[in-house]
Amino acid sequence: MIRIGERDAVISGVGQSTIGRRLGRSGVDLSVEAVTRAVDHAGLTLADIDGVSTWPGYQPNSMGMAPVGVRDVKEALGLEVDWFCGGSETPGQFGAVFNAVAAVAAGFARHVVCFRTVTEATSIAAARNSPNPAGAVDRARVPAGSLLHWQMPFDARSAANILGMVANLHMHTYGTTRAQLGQIACTLREHAARNPKAVYRTPLTMDDYLSARMISTPFGLYDCDVPVDASTAVVISAAGCAGDLRRPPVRVEAIGSALHGRDSWDQRADLTTMAATDAARMLWRRTDLKPSDLDLATLYDGFSFLPLAWLEALAICGPGESGPFVEDGRNISFGGTLPLNPHGGQLSEGRTHGFGHLHEACLQLWGEAGDRQVPGARVAVAAAGGGPLAGCILLTSG
Amino acid sequence: MPRTLPELTPENRHVWTSGATGRLLISQCAACGYWVHPPGPVCPRCRARGITPREVSGRGTVATFTVNHQPWEPGLTVPYVVAIVELVEQAGLRLTTNIVNCPPEQVRIGMPVRLTFVRDEDVYLPMFAPDDGESAGTAVDGTGR
Repeated sequence: MIRIGERDAVISGVGQSTIGRRLGRSGVDLSVEAVTRAVDHAGLTLADIDGVSTWPGYQPNSMGMAPVGVRDVKEALGLEVDWFCGGSETPGQFGAVFNAVAAVAAGFARHVVCFRTVTEATSIAAARNSPNPAGAVDRARVPAGSLLHWQMPFDARSAANILGMVANLHMHTYGTTRAQLGQIACTLREHAARNPKAVYRTPLTMDDYLSARMISTPFGLYDCDVPVDASTAVVISAAGCAGDLRRPPVRVEAIGSALHGRDSWDQRADLTTMAATDAARMLWRRTDLKPSDLDLATLYDGFSFLPLAWLEALAICGPGESGPFVEDGRNISFGGTLPLNPHGGQLSEGRTHGFGHLHEACLQLWGEAGDRQVPGARVAVAAAGGGPLAGCILLTSG
Repeated sequence: MPRTLPELTPENRHVWTSGATGRLLISQCAACGYWVHPPGPVCPRCRARGITPREVSGRGTVATFTVNHQPWEPGLTVPYVVAIVELVEQAGLRLTTNIVNCPPEQVRIGMPVRLTFVRDEDVYLPMFAPDDGESAGTAVDGTGR
């Protein structure tokens, strides 16, 4: 009999900064906005917060991918914490959330604020405007410990290259088509039209999708998410604190954090699957709920292919069956069997890097999703990551 | 636009520099024969510690690939092929690499390929070309792009 310790934790509030292209604001400024909103949403004050957790922590020269760490937020807000954690060697972006869940379940803290902040849009624009001086050659080497050590020397410079290879093999093995990938992009754009915070809200047709320029086969422009500036925060509280909160909390039914296959982009035994498969199996081992109980799914969509991979990993579809499942868009739209990313996902709302998916799942379970509310949503799964990064969480309304 | 070359360490140096002799050395467990890549100090299968660089044949197949069209940096020549090649020595023994001497539109999953090297500074990058049945390539200078 396994102990399901994550049920000693709940989600008590969520908050998000403005999402935008080139906001020109600092990462810590965005983080403070998201954190204070999440704490207020929970019905707590900053004095109640005794833990902080973030992914992936501060990293230098990250081009806006990791501009803020625990220290920045703790110091900016004068938090007094009994427990804190920031780092990237976790089961994907949700590792920060799993650590917080464990901390409150263990009693290290009662209310942990978890955040993920990106300033990629501003950083990319700044780099474009200040190119290297003529003739300057930076021959810095990719460190031996980098997850991309064996990829970068071959100009595999982007996740688009690496996950493009996974998508190509999935297409080769199962007959998945570009039009099926395109349906993800087009459907999520339709969803984003209901989300005032989404960066892209104008309709995207299949013709637009298929005629867009190629990035790295099979991914064209609209298969790739959009870098933004944004911060997203969630408050993880001990289940015993539920009486102190503004609303019945979202319950954590189960988490999936497993990585049984290789921690590598290219050595996994079955290259048509990813760490998502291991994490999702663990999640379903820890609950009596089944994929058929899901009312909606918020699945990581850094690329159009990744929701397909997560649909199969989570056993919502069998191996190779995700393409046909999404093909006409009905299953994954409002009113379908499993509405996907009602907020428009990273492909249309912007690359909040996983935390946007968790934020959306919680809003849906609280019935606070406005024009994009999935009626009667009571069970949701949120999943983040691709390649060797993967984490998923099953949530229920309180 | 220069490549980003790998940092060399005592553990990985044989993979990145053995091309100087026209051969590719990959770590192998002396106890059970398992090929260990990326290299490490212990065999992840039998946990023996006798790991030795050994020459591989240089033959393999394209497990999957992508044709990159995006000029990520000014001066990067596109398109080019990034591939994962599975070596014939062991199921699942793979290298991420480039496919060279082949138009990108002719690359296929399952295509037999053979090792060639592209030298850049002290690194001999193991790349692959369509296997035409002749002997393995020798080290060449150049970009490989």
